[in-house]
Amino acid sequence: MDSEKIIEVRSLTKKFKNLTAVNNLDLNVYKGDVFGFLGPNGAGKSTTIRMLLSLIKPNYGDIRIFGKPLIQYRKDILRRIGAIVEKPDFYLYLSAYRNLEILARISGADTSKKKIMEMLELVGLAKRYNSKVKTFSHGMKQRLGIAQALLHDPELIILDEPTTGLDPQGMKEIRDLIRHLSIEKGKTVFLSSHILREVEIIATRMIIINKGTTLVEGTVEELLKSDTMQVTVSVDDTEKAKSIIDLTGWQNNLKHIEKNDLLFELPTKEVADLNKHLVTNDIKVNSLVPVRSLEDFFLKITEGVSK
Amino acid sequence: MTTIIYVELQKIFRKWRTYIGFIAIGVLAPIVQIALYYEGSGYVNHVTRGLQDSFFMSGNLFNGYLIGYIILQALYIHIPFLIVLVGGDLLAGEATSGTYRMLLTRPVSRFTLVTGKFLAGAIYVFLLLAFLFLVSVVGSLLIFGTGELITIKGKLIIFAADDVLWRFLSAYGFAFISMTTILAVSFFFSSMVENAIGPIMGTMALIIILLILSVIPIDALHEARKFYFTSYMGGWNGFFTDPLEFTDILRDAGVLLLHIFGLYGLTTYIFIKKDILS
Repeated sequence: MDSEKIIEVRSLTKKFKNLTAVNNLDLNVYKGDVFGFLGPNGAGKSTTIRMLLSLIKPNYGDIRIFGKPLIQYRKDILRRIGAIVEKPDFYLYLSAYRNLEILARISGADTSKKKIMEMLELVGLAKRYNSKVKTFSHGMKQRLGIAQALLHDPELIILDEPTTGLDPQGMKEIRDLIRHLSIEKGKTVFLSSHILREVEIIATRMIIINKGTTLVEGTVEELLKSDTMQVTVSVDDTEKAKSIIDLTGWQNNLKHIEKNDLLFELPTKEVADLNKHLVTNDIKVNSLVPVRSLEDFFLKITEGVSK
Repeated sequence: MTTIIYVELQKIFRKWRTYIGFIAIGVLAPIVQIALYYEGSGYVNHVTRGLQDSFFMSGNLFNGYLIGYIILQALYIHIPFLIVLVGGDLLAGEATSGTYRMLLTRPVSRFTLVTGKFLAGAIYVFLLLAFLFLVSVVGSLLIFGTGELITIKGKLIIFAADDVLWRFLSAYGFAFISMTTILAVSFFFSSMVENAIGPIMGTMALIIILLILSVIPIDALHEARKFYFTSYMGGWNGFFTDPLEFTDILRDAGVLLLHIFGLYGLTTYIFIKKDILS
């Protein structure tokens, strides 16, 4: 990978009394990445994000962002980062506009009405700019959270569960916005989400952690592509197909039969051979659908560790 | 720093609880003024009754300065409870509302933030005392006119009319130091917890306990008084003595300033080291 490293974490460790929340974690985020940060509840995701934003001090390890050590260059680094950490909380007694104005002022960003209204427009809250945040639904606060993260035009955007509380339309809008920020604006996005489908759709690279330690890291394409896969083969005659399969070594790969569908788990390179064998034996194969998804991958990886 | 102070003042003055102090003073001072308007001459007669047989009392002894002095005496002990409503909320309020996360991921140092918050709190204290001065002294002078100030502190002292205003201004200056000490105490408690109720109630309880201990007539407790910061808060009375108790005033102000800087320093240290988990 020749691309510029935006986040570089080495041996990051954080202990809370007897609990090791993050344990010797390494990760790399490159310029332009939409980086999926995954892990089950309690895996150490939020603690890691808080350390990246200097809300929590690590016990051990090194964090470099934009090539600079976070401890020494905290202010310079934070000036270039926009973030939502867990649920977006605002000053409830202030309006959406006033909240953004205050945060823009502290960030040294443009506090003009035009700029702030532009941000509110972007997240669909322009009409409610003068409403106090205490009157907002969770979804609206989430949108306002996105607006505050983008206020100062950051190069790196750290989003912790950005679509929580949004309706399907809202979730799609945020996904589109992340894509837009990454592809057209060249932003680097660090995305923590428990919605695996979301990460699968928009992430370019990802890491899965559990118990504060890296399980896997790489491009989404690489990680989902593995030696074995699950595939549903839809045929015209299930009985005949089964009898043919029973005569081959694939009989142990056949996991389930339902109506016209046969579910196999087999080496990826053998899928084409299986199809050829069925067709050669006069079985009409209507479809061949791989069922591998990030969810399966995630469960397999994290369950493996739990066991 | 000015940005942080500006932002913090915006937050302070957009909260309802901030105005409780102003409303309390705005209601209480006029009530005292109205009551004294009708009954005030009796007060002066009561104070000077021992002297009226021997001396001829002339001039306007029942005037705005006396009313301002009476109101300051009456409210002084209660103003701290209005200060802690804001001081206790300055840091813990951010933890309660979860806004620490947004605030501390901005390009601003924790030192700047904690200092800006404390200075904004001190500005609130100044404005509250300025409002008290405006309502109780300026308001009383407008209603009752000017004149000599008569006070009793061990002995009866009458200050000439042109010798009073600077004493009031100095007393309010001292009161600012006293009330900033209360702010520093509540600010310190505020840095240690994640709910504003704790520091507000904690500071109030501490003040009440120290005040009670100060007046219990037991030698051991009386000796311990010098270790209570509350014992130095009434130093403003020194400006209404003749001759001026300047050494005592300086000692009291010095002790309070040490408390302010000590507590501010501790708060800053705690805040800079703190992991933000809220």
